[in-house]
Amino acid sequence: MTEKVLMKGNEALAEAALRAGCRHFFGYPITPQTEVAAYMAKRMPKISGTYLQAESEIAAINMVLGASAAGVRAMTSSSSPGISLKSEGLSYLAGCDLPAVVVNIQRGGPGLGGIRPSQSDYFQATRSGGHGDFHLIVLAPDTVQEMFDLTIEAFELADQYRMTAMILGDGMLGQVMEPVDISREGTVSTVAKQWALTGTKGTRKKNIINSLYLNEEELEMLNFKRFEKYAEVEKIARTEEYFIDDADVIVVAYGICARIAKNAIDEARKKGIKAGLIRPVTLWPFPKLQLKAAAAKAKAFIVVEMSMGQMIEDVELSIRCSRPVDLCNRTGGMVPTPDEVLAAIEKAARAERS
Amino acid sequence: MSTANEIVIAGFGGQGVLFAGKILVYAGLLAGKEVSWLPSYGPEMRGGTANINVIISDTPIGSPIITNPGMLVAMNQPSLEKFENDVQKNGLIIVDSSLISLKVKRTDIKTCYIPATKLAEDAELKGLANMVMVGKIAKELGIFDLDIVKKAASKSIPARKQDLLAPNIKAIEIGLAYC
Repeated sequence: MTEKVLMKGNEALAEAALRAGCRHFFGYPITPQTEVAAYMAKRMPKISGTYLQAESEIAAINMVLGASAAGVRAMTSSSSPGISLKSEGLSYLAGCDLPAVVVNIQRGGPGLGGIRPSQSDYFQATRSGGHGDFHLIVLAPDTVQEMFDLTIEAFELADQYRMTAMILGDGMLGQVMEPVDISREGTVSTVAKQWALTGTKGTRKKNIINSLYLNEEELEMLNFKRFEKYAEVEKIARTEEYFIDDADVIVVAYGICARIAKNAIDEARKKGIKAGLIRPVTLWPFPKLQLKAAAAKAKAFIVVEMSMGQMIEDVELSIRCSRPVDLCNRTGGMVPTPDEVLAAIEKAARAERS
Repeated sequence: MSTANEIVIAGFGGQGVLFAGKILVYAGLLAGKEVSWLPSYGPEMRGGTANINVIISDTPIGSPIITNPGMLVAMNQPSLEKFENDVQKNGLIIVDSSLISLKVKRTDIKTCYIPATKLAEDAELKGLANMVMVGKIAKELGIFDLDIVKKAASKSIPARKQDLLAPNIKAIEIGLAYC
């Protein structure tokens, strides 16, 4: 058995990036993700990597674009307001079909907001995060172990689909320290990046990476093609399921809220209420089929999230509004308690009986 | 929804409450338990109050947030005032009585007064009241022996600062020995 070590979520995530072969990190400090940059600053020089604190978030994401165009694994991380600044770069990365990993350790918003944990960037992350028709792959860890595992996976998915993969965490996941097994090495991309700008050395036709297409027919065709790829990516949608086989009330929650919900579900089960949890691990693609299948048996849904209600729309769409969906939420940096979730479960169970 | 092994340690920034928590979770990890360590982060780290949520459990940990601690360790008066009412019934409050003159008001919990800061200073271990508390907490928990706590301290102190291990362990032993 490999020995587990204690790490903060942010540190485990940074270590995972290194194990995935990422040697180019461009960042700009912001609470509560600063440990990612600090870890990279400490480690990168020792492994001949590049750690660069850019002059701004916008510069950092464009450095990622440049590094990615050159064919290397590159990453940036930030927290909510910083991600808004990066949205132009996210759109350009998509327009250029470049792989990248971007981390958002969310904090309360809007505006400069606060520094406490939040999930209110769900719309921004899952709809695209920038202008134009595009998607990010969005992965939502709920433990420090998953901060590690999903980060390695993010690099693999990004290379495989030539997309940006985002790790959507929150301040609490970034700061919490838990045992983590970091023995797993990432698979350094075996996909030959024949599109990369590595220099022709006079031996091949030159590669061009570009997002400007003034011919509208060509641009439409590119968007069609990109969405054919997205249809393929939809197949990676996945969930963790907890006591859903006989559940009357299903809680849907991701990230830290899923863990809070588990405590509430355990209590509800002790009281004889058949409650269960579906935790989307991928937020885009959203696990629509899993939700739809659950709606065939469950009588009511509750979405627990740290926002004014964003993921709830995807849940309602997935189940075609065929069951009542309640919202149990806190926002602005506040975190729901297991008791609040339990009260919501009890309310839904009562309503379903009457 | 809490158990006895859900511990909140709170004090001023700089007293080392986060580090005390780290040693406890490392000890828990070495003892084969599930653990989590969740700090308060932000402005309070810069001189205000700091607190740490430590869970040491036999079963996988759901939420790492502690709403009702089984054990509260108060290292300053604002912390005692802030968290006293959150402690679960029959829980325990450990008070650093060299810094807090206030007495615990609740009668449905166990209380333990230990002059941790003074004990550390008397032993020429100024600044290690947090480690005295680690010893006291370990004793109250009764789930790991001194060897594991020593090993946890060794793992929590960076390699280049291992000369600090001996005084830290001495402080832990003072806490363990205090009745």
